[in-house]
Amino acid sequence: MSGATLTGTGLSWDIAADLRQLLQFPFMVNALRAGTIVAVAAGALGWFMVLRRQSFAGHTLAIVSFPGAAGAILAGFSAIIGYFAASVGAALVIAALPRSIGGRARSSESAIIGTIQAFALACGALFVSLYGGFLNGLTGLLFGSFLGISDSQVLALLSVAAAALAVLALIARPLFFATVDPDVAAARGVPVRLLGVVFLILLGCAAAEVSQITGALLVFALLVMPPATAQQITARPMVSFALTIGLGLITVWLGLAAAYFSVYPVGFFVTTFGFAWYVLAAALRAFLGTGRHPAAAVPG
Amino acid sequence: MSSLAGLLGQPFLRYAFVAGAAIAAASGLTGYFVVLRSQVFTGDALSHVAVTGALAALAAGANLLVGLYGACILVALAMAALGHRGQADDTVIGSVFAWILGLGALFLSIYTTSAPNGTSGVNVLFGTIFGLSANQAVADSVIAACVCAALIIIARPLLFATIDEAVASARRVPVRMLGTVFLGLVGVTAAAATQAVGALLLLGLLAAPAGAAQRLTARPFRGLWLSAAIAIFSVWAGLVIAYAAPKIPPSFGILAVATAVYLIAIACTVNGRRA
Repeated sequence: MSGATLTGTGLSWDIAADLRQLLQFPFMVNALRAGTIVAVAAGALGWFMVLRRQSFAGHTLAIVSFPGAAGAILAGFSAIIGYFAASVGAALVIAALPRSIGGRARSSESAIIGTIQAFALACGALFVSLYGGFLNGLTGLLFGSFLGISDSQVLALLSVAAAALAVLALIARPLFFATVDPDVAAARGVPVRLLGVVFLILLGCAAAEVSQITGALLVFALLVMPPATAQQITARPMVSFALTIGLGLITVWLGLAAAYFSVYPVGFFVTTFGFAWYVLAAALRAFLGTGRHPAAAVPG
Repeated sequence: MSSLAGLLGQPFLRYAFVAGAAIAAASGLTGYFVVLRSQVFTGDALSHVAVTGALAALAAGANLLVGLYGACILVALAMAALGHRGQADDTVIGSVFAWILGLGALFLSIYTTSAPNGTSGVNVLFGTIFGLSANQAVADSVIAACVCAALIIIARPLLFATIDEAVASARRVPVRMLGTVFLGLVGVTAAAATQAVGALLLLGLLAAPAGAAQRLTARPFRGLWLSAAIAIFSVWAGLVIAYAAPKIPPSFGILAVATAVYLIAIACTVNGRRA
């Protein structure tokens, strides 16, 4: 993980020189490209996820990508196929399960999601144990690594993100309606249930993308923290949406740069920056007085 | 039968069976209330704290158990102090715990640089029930038994407070204090279970037996005992599987059995039939 030892020179006060140093290696350029793609996709889908209060489902989709990747490596496929297959598959399961077993209270639904999540992690542990001698890869899968992202991987991330964002753009307006007021939306003929399923699949794609940078356990850093921060700052949907994307980009860029110049893992820096914005926004809101920012009016 | 005798002839397996049963009973009992009180996400959060607490202790060169229990209990009490508002907001919990897990990644990296061949970091994540020493097994069993006893003592008022909080507080049940004590117990359980199934998987031991029990019976106390029984069965069956097939990690065996029981429970009750 140590970028500093690769280059021999560390961080200086000359920002231009630092940036040049950052961009001189192809692996770092690819990491920044991948990070940018992932931040945009995660911000867009995370914004809706926070609004729809599906954080727990999003977390589970992200975690499922770990056994997906470990299983794919074990079976001899590329990890990237495993990431997407597992997350999208889990999205379909979560979309199908809760209502088919009778729409009982939320407690039952969250018990199911929690069980899926733990079982997925157990499968990951099994695959890693079967593969053997895979310890460094394990921490990379769980806590993220920005080394060794290939051109083809960037291309795969880009095409999936573009497809997911295109679909999201198509359904954004009815999805927003269905999220804010599902009953009225259903009465007006909006296919609320179908939108929910499509959204979960898109969320699965985003979670799988983020996993490849931050690791399966730290996906929340890009999926939840930027939208949560933006919704602290403003209640206006378009503004907070734009803010979410911006915050996600800044978090990823700073996180990757910090990880490059230090020996510590990228997942730590990305979560720390993401959380720092969140705390700052919450503190700012408390300082200015909650009355001026009626974020409570937004469900999320 | 001779293989069963062989199974229990191994000291490390005896420890695993005894400590595993105690931990499973504690997880099943607390898990039942975790699911009933819709605090599964809180349990998830505590499992993240367990990772970071244990890894922080390892990185600092301290005893793993100190970090594990300290972090879990402190955070559980802090969450209880935040009260209902803190409990309801998944976004806040998610943001805080993603960051705490990020810290865990930092500590893991510090620990692996200082002790390159140490596997404790991975053991924290996925458990080492076959690696328990006699002392650890006794300590875990005693702690888990205390959790079970405490939970059984508060079970009745806690159930009242869970199902109808307003009426319970009107009847002078100390709702808030019960919630705090309960979360503290969940914290202790999480720390104990981390050694058995690992921090990342303990959510399954909390959620799956309880979810299955809730599907099988609507009667709370029957469900409570059933949840504990399913948890113990899962742990024992998982241990036997892992012993029979050494390639399979015990944590996977335990979680696979628990998940299978839950699936069977769902399949049996899919038409809304309940005992």
